[in-house]
Amino acid sequence: MSVIERIGQLGAWVRQSTQTLGQFALFFGQILLRTNALWKRARLVVTQVHFIGNYSLIIIVISGLFVGFVLGLQGYYTLNRYGSEEALGLLVALSLTRELGPVVTALLFAGRAGTSLTAEIGLMKAGEQLAAMEVMAVDPIRRVIAPRFWGGVIAMPVLAAVFSMVGILGGYIVGVLLIGIDSGAFWSQMQAGVDVIDDIMNGVIKSVVFGFVVTSIALFEGWKCRPTPEGVARATTRTVVAGSLAVLGLDFVLTALMFSQ
Amino acid sequence: MSDFSPYLSPSQTQAPLALVFDNVTLGYGDFTVLSDISLNVKAGEVVAIMGGSGSGKTTLLRAATGQLAPMRGDVKVFGTVVDVNQRAKLESLRQRMGVLFQHGALFTDLNVFENVAFPLREHTTLKEAELLDQVLETLDAVGLKTAAHLKLSEISGGMARRVALARAVVRGPELILYDEPFAGLDPISLGVTARLIRQLSDRLGCASVLITHDIAESFAIADAVYIVGQGALKAQGSPDSLRHSTDPYVRQFLDGAPDGPVAFDYPTTPAYTRWLERQGGRS
Repeated sequence: MSVIERIGQLGAWVRQSTQTLGQFALFFGQILLRTNALWKRARLVVTQVHFIGNYSLIIIVISGLFVGFVLGLQGYYTLNRYGSEEALGLLVALSLTRELGPVVTALLFAGRAGTSLTAEIGLMKAGEQLAAMEVMAVDPIRRVIAPRFWGGVIAMPVLAAVFSMVGILGGYIVGVLLIGIDSGAFWSQMQAGVDVIDDIMNGVIKSVVFGFVVTSIALFEGWKCRPTPEGVARATTRTVVAGSLAVLGLDFVLTALMFSQ
Repeated sequence: MSDFSPYLSPSQTQAPLALVFDNVTLGYGDFTVLSDISLNVKAGEVVAIMGGSGSGKTTLLRAATGQLAPMRGDVKVFGTVVDVNQRAKLESLRQRMGVLFQHGALFTDLNVFENVAFPLREHTTLKEAELLDQVLETLDAVGLKTAAHLKLSEISGGMARRVALARAVVRGPELILYDEPFAGLDPISLGVTARLIRQLSDRLGCASVLITHDIAESFAIADAVYIVGQGALKAQGSPDSLRHSTDPYVRQFLDGAPDGPVAFDYPTTPAYTRWLERQGGRS
């Protein structure tokens, strides 16, 4: 392949990427513009919060428990070297509320609920259901996309909170019940060291931002996918890849903004 | 320009126009599907648009619903030009239409009742009891009242077509577009559906456009028939006049003859030519 052809390919890739980014921005804007109608039909959003939350709850609880177990073990081995094993509760809580809760929840959400959203919208497109809505003078962005978007945005921090709570419980089981750290020290260190605004609220803000990003990527991929089995399959894969990378990249940026001195 | 002026059945000449194609050319990208199409559909009239597979019948329907912008000419619904860029105006026109999609396009997460109730829930403020009555009455008309509770996965393809039909007509639209309404129906359902389409037009005074291959059923209920093919409108008239037509195109289509002016081969398109060039010109 000649240099000119390579430059041409690069140019086509840049143009395609810019076009996709523009389409995404337009799609996101349309969702926000259509949101006002949902105040009158809040039940559509409530149904989606329930539906999307249910998709991910079991995997969130199980993952949170095992992450808590591992944090308890790893934390104990490290803290034990310095004779600070009573600080295990603080370490587990801070790790979960600041970082692992929002990030791991968002990654699991992208793989579980995100792919479901993409496949659902993609199959609705393939089955002409979205076209049928348009022809019935029902805006599919207002009726289908916006409720799912807000359902995902609301469900994400709730799931992250569940993840963190179950993770702390996992750390307690390993640290206190199995290893034998003093229960009072475990909880009191946590109470004294975790700040509601700096730690918990920042974690909540992170999970809300991740909810915006992952849900909108999932819906966008379903919306623009080719209406074929292969097109839907590719779109679900793109949801996981793009969603996960966006979460990890944004986590770095948000952490730098929130926790820098 | 088309050689045809739109056909008007004698009983419908005074009724208001529901759908007009005025020298419309339609296509996708650089491929023209139909050129210079002119047709009129009046309130209370049943019009059948017929033609071979891939002749552009569904493309006509897409233009009527505003899913496809014409390359040339105007499509008018209830006297208003269908403009895909004027969303509010388009939505108000669409609220007065009912469309039966070729593959039903039913909502797979809703049951039979909720599928039919969908347009009513979105566009009306009916109380639940009134909505229940109206949906069950419409389902009764297609023989599926007692299937209201079933999921879509629990009904047959033919039943799904009838549910889609019920959804298309539940609001009593002024213009109903049916894309292959008889496809996949058993003979009994086919007869009932054809009579229902005619009755709806007579009772509600709505205009009905059938996109169909089914000659016997559509000729039995249609006031006018248009035949499209080879990228143009090939014939039009009442079912009787077409039945006695000596036009070779009409004769071949109605008699299902293998030889004649109706092209069996798909036409050469620019996209095919480009593809063939990329293959090294092998044919």
